[in-house]
Amino acid sequence: MKSVLGDRKAITLLLTPALLVYSVIILAPVLWSFGLTFFTGSVLTGFEWNGIENFQRLFRDPYVWDALWFTLKYAILVTIFQVVLGYGLALLYNFVLRKSSVLVRTLVFFPVVLPTVAVALLYQKLFQSAPTDGLVNELLVNVGLPAVDWLGAGGTAFVVIVIMDVWRSVGFYGVLVFSGLLDIPDDIIESARIDGARSWSLFRHIVLPMSLPILFASFIFSINGTIKVFDSVFALTGGGPGNSTTPLTLYMYRTAFQFSDFGYGSTIALLLTVLCLLVTLVIFRSSRRDNTV
Amino acid sequence: MTSTLDTAAVHSPQAFTPHTPGSAGLRILKRLPTWLTIAFLILVTGYPLFWMFINSLKTNADFLNNPSYAMPETWEWANYVIAWETGNLATTITNSIIVTVPSLVFIVLLGTAAGYALEVLVFKGRGTILLLFLAGIMIPGQMIILPLFTAFFDLGITGSYLPMILIYTAGGLPLTVFMMATFFRAIPREIFEAATLDGASMTRSFFAIGFPMMRNAIITVAIVQFFLIWNDLLIALIFGGKKSLNTIQVGLLNFSGEYGAINYGPLFAAICITVFGILILYLFLNQRIMKGLAAGAVKG
Repeated sequence: MKSVLGDRKAITLLLTPALLVYSVIILAPVLWSFGLTFFTGSVLTGFEWNGIENFQRLFRDPYVWDALWFTLKYAILVTIFQVVLGYGLALLYNFVLRKSSVLVRTLVFFPVVLPTVAVALLYQKLFQSAPTDGLVNELLVNVGLPAVDWLGAGGTAFVVIVIMDVWRSVGFYGVLVFSGLLDIPDDIIESARIDGARSWSLFRHIVLPMSLPILFASFIFSINGTIKVFDSVFALTGGGPGNSTTPLTLYMYRTAFQFSDFGYGSTIALLLTVLCLLVTLVIFRSSRRDNTV
Repeated sequence: MTSTLDTAAVHSPQAFTPHTPGSAGLRILKRLPTWLTIAFLILVTGYPLFWMFINSLKTNADFLNNPSYAMPETWEWANYVIAWETGNLATTITNSIIVTVPSLVFIVLLGTAAGYALEVLVFKGRGTILLLFLAGIMIPGQMIILPLFTAFFDLGITGSYLPMILIYTAGGLPLTVFMMATFFRAIPREIFEAATLDGASMTRSFFAIGFPMMRNAIITVAIVQFFLIWNDLLIALIFGGKKSLNTIQVGLLNFSGEYGAINYGPLFAAICITVFGILILYLFLNQRIMKGLAAGAVKG
């Protein structure tokens, strides 16, 4: 029977188109982009060889370190919020609301499918301070607190970005973890209950250990997305004020398309890719350790 | 028995009490945190959208002089007309559709065929090729756009939809191939082999049996990719920067920059239009969308 499944013609016919498109549009450019790191200039000005200067510049460029720090700060914070709050939601769906959770689940999920640009513009207005206060400042003023110029300073702008991205995605993580909790067999929980496990110890000793795989999967998915954050920051703050909310992705975009330096842009992109690779490796190393214990 | 696992059972240690008759008041009190949590969730998710809607119907003076949570003084439906015309929404929505639909078709066709080849068919190196596709999930878009921009510019196609369609197609393949391979894994090989006994080649058995059997999986994949492409900003900014090529996201951003800073109502209206389009889709497909996106994440 093996010969039938080894049908050469079928393999070529079915696999080649996808492999070709993928190799030409994704794989080849990755290598090419690596090559570009040794050049300066852009497609409009022409490329010029400049050796390892881009790498020297990368290590001396304070903006790179700021952007790297912003990226890490953002990715870690948002990932924690996404997974922890998503887990909270999933517990609420699965153990408290149960069958009646569909409506809440569906509503809380809705922001996930909204275009990032639309959400970012909405948040600009919610957190606006001039020419007139947005909803958030109105609430603050009504309870006697001073209005804040949210998007006018790096620190508060960062807070708005985090709030927005958590708001936008927490419903997704709720559903993701919920789908994992559904796999915990009811009779395990029942028998633990009969054995006298109370809510907290039931959670601590049964539910939490059994939801670790799905929490881990959510964590991987989350960090893989947050480390590449671009859309929401670009649309909400544009990296500003100044450079204070600029992640690596946006700094790379600016370098390439505003300052027309494709070579240095590729170098920053390479740093970003290495970062993604490192994060993936660290995650898989630690997951292997988890499995062997 | 399951019904005793109730309110806030997971959060508070003393919640596990069996029902006793006459403790109705206590039960309501115990339900209170749950109701408050639900109310909070509904408010936090729903109110900003409602707030956006009421502000889309206000005049500038109304928006500037009254609290933003007040209802509009007069309902300015004209804001929507202004948004539609000045924001070029007809063009940008058409552009988004022109870019998204072919990409989805290519992703589904190529991705399903490759998933079938890599999972059902047997040949040397298929594990390596699957891994090669998997690596693509990790690669950030920033790593490929500069060479692609250079190449497409030299080919003289940067003024067309082609770059976006090509990149969206290729970018969607890693996750799709991987998801389809996982879905095919669940189907017994015998089904495909049996078809060949009747004289069909494996290629035919793919189109006659494999592809139709994957209908649900294909819808899942298409939903995941639809949102990724429709909501994309990076590729659309770079390859759809020309006004005639603006997708809805780029168009909305430009509209906000050029016009929205002084005309609040129409800006809110434009955001509302893009949100309500998705809302209609979501009303019909919400369960499928939720399941599909979650499946995409777990498999990816």
